[in-house]
Amino acid sequence: MTDYTPVHVGTVTKYVVVESFDITPADLGVRAYEISKGAMVKETCFGLVINGKEEEVDQIVTELRKIDPDHIFVKDRGFPPGDPRRCRANLGGARPGYHGMESEMTVIPYVSHGLEAIKTRDIATIPPPQNPLEHKDLDVTHLKKLIEAQES
Amino acid sequence: MVKVFIYPATSLILSDLVARYGHTPLSSAVAIRERIQTAGLESPPLQITPEEPKKGLKWAAVEVPAGVRGRMSLYGPQIEACEAAIIINDADLAFGCMGCARTNELIKFLVRQKDIPKLDLYYPKSEEEGVQFVAAIKRFLDELGGKK
Repeated sequence: MTDYTPVHVGTVTKYVVVESFDITPADLGVRAYEISKGAMVKETCFGLVINGKEEEVDQIVTELRKIDPDHIFVKDRGFPPGDPRRCRANLGGARPGYHGMESEMTVIPYVSHGLEAIKTRDIATIPPPQNPLEHKDLDVTHLKKLIEAQES
Repeated sequence: MVKVFIYPATSLILSDLVARYGHTPLSSAVAIRERIQTAGLESPPLQITPEEPKKGLKWAAVEVPAGVRGRMSLYGPQIEACEAAIIINDADLAFGCMGCARTNELIKFLVRQKDIPKLDLYYPKSEEEGVQFVAAIKRFLDELGGKK
């Protein structure tokens, strides 16, 4: 085994994912470059990857969110941008982890709608979602249908 | 600011909503970053060294496969540190090999054993469910207090 010398120690990396009809990753990239004082900004097909000191990255993310707050989503990333262990350019095919993000992108429009809606609706009047831990009793009519399906 | 464990630990939606409402999401990226930025022996791609399954013994027995124990060395400290948790129950993206599947079961078990506020949800499948989903998370996070 060889020694491992880490790079970009003490920095954080964040994904800025945009799901918007009005804003493109290029728009976000230009804005990020405008306010960046030295953070590394990489434009991707789904948004940006930003690497730098935590305070600076947080400040850039806060500014970028203001552009379209309900359609810009941010999460942490472990690896710095372009890391050969993770970068698509070195590995071929989609980056590991992209598929998870792609899967959530199908749900994000509903979340964006929810973020917009709770600004105008009284949050106390919105009913709670279905509780996954709640086991509902089997409805009698449904049971009867199951029995009939078995008998026929 | 409360440390909120999110499941799936890679979730973009949960990570964003927790941070958006003023708390700290505990996600797998944070655990991986610690290892990526720590000098030691080269162990690509995730810098999971043979030491990790040993650390995982704190949460899983020695008969449990090393893959589960190695993963638990990432998530175990986060579960211990968390003060609240949000779990999405029908997350297809948490699908993986047997190591992932068993680790997911153990993570959910350990989180549910812990006496902390927990929120169980499904992913929304319509706009109205999206509103309920976001409202439930906002209510839950607001009740935790200690916002930044």
